[in-house]
Amino acid sequence: MSLQDYLNWVIIPILGLSVILVFIRFLKGPSLPDRIIALDMLILISICIIAIYSIQTNQSTFLDIALLFALIAFLSTAAYSFYLEQRERK
Amino acid sequence: MKDILIMILSTFGALFILSSSIGLLRKPDIFLRISVTGKASTLGIGLILVSTALFFNNYSVTTRVVAIILFLFITISIGGHLLARAAYIIKTPIWKGTKIDDLAGQYDDVTHELYSEKHHSSIKPDPTDNI
Repeated sequence: MSLQDYLNWVIIPILGLSVILVFIRFLKGPSLPDRIIALDMLILISICIIAIYSIQTNQSTFLDIALLFALIAFLSTAAYSFYLEQRERK
Repeated sequence: MKDILIMILSTFGALFILSSSIGLLRKPDIFLRISVTGKASTLGIGLILVSTALFFNNYSVTTRVVAIILFLFITISIGGHLLARAAYIIKTPIWKGTKIDDLAGQYDDVTHELYSEKHHSSIKPDPTDNI
């Protein structure tokens, strides 16, 4: 089994299954912080999928997008929690 | 040889990501969910990115991978702390099995400042059964 086949048939399905599980939490999430942490986790799993995809296509340029996604994940979590805390303040 | 090492590292990374998402789905409480996401997913993303760096095996890719890993190590924990603090202040209900809540009543009502002595504020989440 070559590396490409292994990544295609083992790693990508595991990551896809975890995306589905996190998305169920995103839809169910009873409170707003549950949805925010599920959104953060979705972006982090997408970083992994981008890294695997850059191995598959043999192009390292996709790692720049992964760095951008890491920045966006932190920015969105910080901004959401800031405004969540400010919302209670009259 | 390099392919075998990449397979092993990416398998462990994907399994850690999977365990983190199962924990995110099955834990009973927002604070436990934040705790799960902060630890297991950091290790999983780190292992998968290290396998990418092994595959390309040149300086520019390795520099980017080290930058992403360092940035994620810092920001996942900071983001989890920020989100847990906001969730505590807006009184998200906690799991009924939580025995000790040391923060109960320690945040100021108006300024959201943390006091170490007894403060008797109303910021105190209720334990509930069905979350």
